[in-house]
Amino acid sequence: MTPTPFIPSYLPETPSQTAGPYVHIGLIPAQAGFEIFENNFSGNIAGPDVAGQRVTIEGRIFDGAGHVTKDMLVETWQANAAGRYNHPADTQNKSLDRGFRGWARTGTDFVTGIYSIRTIKPGSVAGRRGRKAMAPHINFWLASRGINIGLATRMYFGDEAQANSDDPVLNIIEQPERRKTLIAPRSERNGEVLYTFDIYLQGDRETVFFDV
Amino acid sequence: MTPEAEFHQRDRDIHPPAFTPVYKTSALRSPRIPLWSLQNSLSEVTGPIFSPEELGPLDNDLVLNYAKQGEAIGEQTIVHGYILDGNGQAVPNTLVEVWQANAGGRYRHRNDTYIAPIDPNFGGCGRMLTDERGYYFFRTIKPGAYPFRNRINSWRPAHIHFSVFGSGFAQRLITQMYFEGDPLIPHDSIIATIPDKSAADRLTARLDLNASRPLECLAYRFDIVLRGRRQTLFENRLHGG
Repeated sequence: MTPTPFIPSYLPETPSQTAGPYVHIGLIPAQAGFEIFENNFSGNIAGPDVAGQRVTIEGRIFDGAGHVTKDMLVETWQANAAGRYNHPADTQNKSLDRGFRGWARTGTDFVTGIYSIRTIKPGSVAGRRGRKAMAPHINFWLASRGINIGLATRMYFGDEAQANSDDPVLNIIEQPERRKTLIAPRSERNGEVLYTFDIYLQGDRETVFFDV
Repeated sequence: MTPEAEFHQRDRDIHPPAFTPVYKTSALRSPRIPLWSLQNSLSEVTGPIFSPEELGPLDNDLVLNYAKQGEAIGEQTIVHGYILDGNGQAVPNTLVEVWQANAGGRYRHRNDTYIAPIDPNFGGCGRMLTDERGYYFFRTIKPGAYPFRNRINSWRPAHIHFSVFGSGFAQRLITQMYFEGDPLIPHDSIIATIPDKSAADRLTARLDLNASRPLECLAYRFDIVLRGRRQTLFENRLHGG
């Protein structure tokens, strides 16, 4: 008798479609021009009880012709100041900050094209098995009209030169020049710490995007 | 991080590529350098978790959640289904957000100038969490078709936008749901960005007479599949506590 062959069967993923020009209605209705829900998600996630250094992440997102895009959805996902994600898959022995989910959502401004996230600077997170720790970073996810499937990238902090040069993810990017597209320079403005992270969807300065 | 937490590699052939000339706006918004393949770290296998207390009781009822002087106008419709992962396991307690045009094909959005009128009682967005079985449902108004600037005479079939999270940020997905029998489906430039016809067809919700409410409204069934993790047991542990 021959053994029954093991044929794994998986369900195929549902295909992606563009978020379209009116993504704001569903995900950031206040920007679409109306109030509907009592509780809204936002790009300001550093509440008063959250530990860590307050930082503002700001930037613009350019298309392949160099135009600033003004209808982009921006979401970020990050660890807390201790370098731990608020999620059960993160079992690092570090403190959890219950009041900090670590996820932000905003849009690029219809007039200026600037997006802005107010958060805390994350700590360093353990790398993939057997790899070095990852430098502090914030995961970005972009969706909009003209983007058929959400774009994933990461922002690293410009004042973490040593950690960045050791980062196992930055180091898989073959060309050192392209790693720089993920590093946001630090500055100060009216007493607040600002990191400027401009993203280039296409062209000579195209940002590194990941297939995660 | 245990190996079981990792996601299976995404099958990119299921999805539209970034650059699809049939949909003109993609031309300048599509990266041209291949994506860097990144094996999962904690940054990809984790993701935001939402709780029922964050949502309001009418958030999944688009007929009533923006009602001012009366109910929204149009065909009341139930949309329901399951969020599953590639292993066929339910994705429980995950946030599902939807948005759409009104019955006339007009969006409540400051940038939409289509001739169809705004419905004063219809906002056009809703949200809900899946239950323990991965099940979701909402009530809405069947959206109208509308033209958009792509070719001279391009029309979108009636559709509802969906945003889904899953249990890790690498499962994040935005897509659109269409209605069975819509004659505009074969003419749509957005659906046409998906090269695999059978994949595209999975975006069409089927009429579900059994789930309809007699003498009240029809129902459509739309299941969504997110990427699976390497081991399904992990999912159970993840959500079990």
